[in-house]
Amino acid sequence: MKQAIKAAFPVTIPVLLGYLSIGIAFGLLFENAGYNFIWSFFISLVVYAGAMQFIAVSFFYGGIGLIQIAVMTLVVNVRHIFYGLSFLDRFSGMGKKKWYMAFSLTDETYSLLCGIKAPEHVDEKKFFFSVAFLNQCYWVLGSVIGSLAGSLITFDTTGMDFAMTALFIVIFIDQWKSSSTHLPALFGIGCTAAALFVIGPGNLVIPSMILIVIALMLTRKQIEGKLTEKDGEEDQLP
Amino acid sequence: MILSVQESILIIMVIAVITFGLRAAPFLLFSRTGTTPKVVTYLGNALPPAVMGMLIVYCLRNTSVLSAPFGVPELLSVIAVAGLHLWRKNNLLSILGGTVLYMVLIQFVFS
Repeated sequence: MKQAIKAAFPVTIPVLLGYLSIGIAFGLLFENAGYNFIWSFFISLVVYAGAMQFIAVSFFYGGIGLIQIAVMTLVVNVRHIFYGLSFLDRFSGMGKKKWYMAFSLTDETYSLLCGIKAPEHVDEKKFFFSVAFLNQCYWVLGSVIGSLAGSLITFDTTGMDFAMTALFIVIFIDQWKSSSTHLPALFGIGCTAAALFVIGPGNLVIPSMILIVIALMLTRKQIEGKLTEKDGEEDQLP
Repeated sequence: MILSVQESILIIMVIAVITFGLRAAPFLLFSRTGTTPKVVTYLGNALPPAVMGMLIVYCLRNTSVLSAPFGVPELLSVIAVAGLHLWRKNNLLSILGGTVLYMVLIQFVFS
């Protein structure tokens, strides 16, 4: 396990940067709503969803019913339903850890796991688990730091969360280069850009996901042909 | 704290259970039987690049291109990340380079 964590750590550094900065911002906000570091620790431990936790802060000012909270959570996080689909096979051999892997499948962990391979001498299951676990540690740590000392940080961290954008760009490029069809990648950008143009930056994710799935279903024949063609002759760069 | 401890815990648990339910749904639905419908396997394979594209646009969604600085810091930083990555193929270098550039641009150059 030690070996797996050692191998996983360098891979997770971009998420470390992103989660620490976003986590600190969250901890600060939650602290301002009257919730100290123990609460930050608790919510980041059991919820572990970046965007959702930011939205959730407003729930703690009162006046919002549980049903409304439940619906809001569904709407914001429904994209996660799709993430597990890419790991059905690979997580299923992981025993009880499978449920932790499912639980911890955030945007960032999903992206990392999509883009990496375990080094040769390291067990893939342990490697995947280490990546997921380290990422959550960063998130919990960031939110606790935010609660405890956010107001004391003098170093200007504005813009540090760009690490997340950069991470997605890097993985996008890697997938682009190793993929035999660029249609899914183009759909991702095109559908989201279209949704952004039509309905604006609020509530962008769900319409985008719907458009992407429709586009992928309409072009299933072309894409599936390319994807299976590629099987067996995969030659990814390390 | 405006709400009581119990109310607060209840809210956190509602969010936690629904979020976990969504993330675990594919595993609950498909992996037990071992017979995953072909269309699900297809979506699982085709979605990662699409989701990555979506997340990039999502991250940049609040960039304003109509008012100063017209999205220039974002554009330059995205180009830097992509350029570094195509050039050196080193994840960490691309991400750190782009992030530092972005921080410098918005804190000092376009502040």
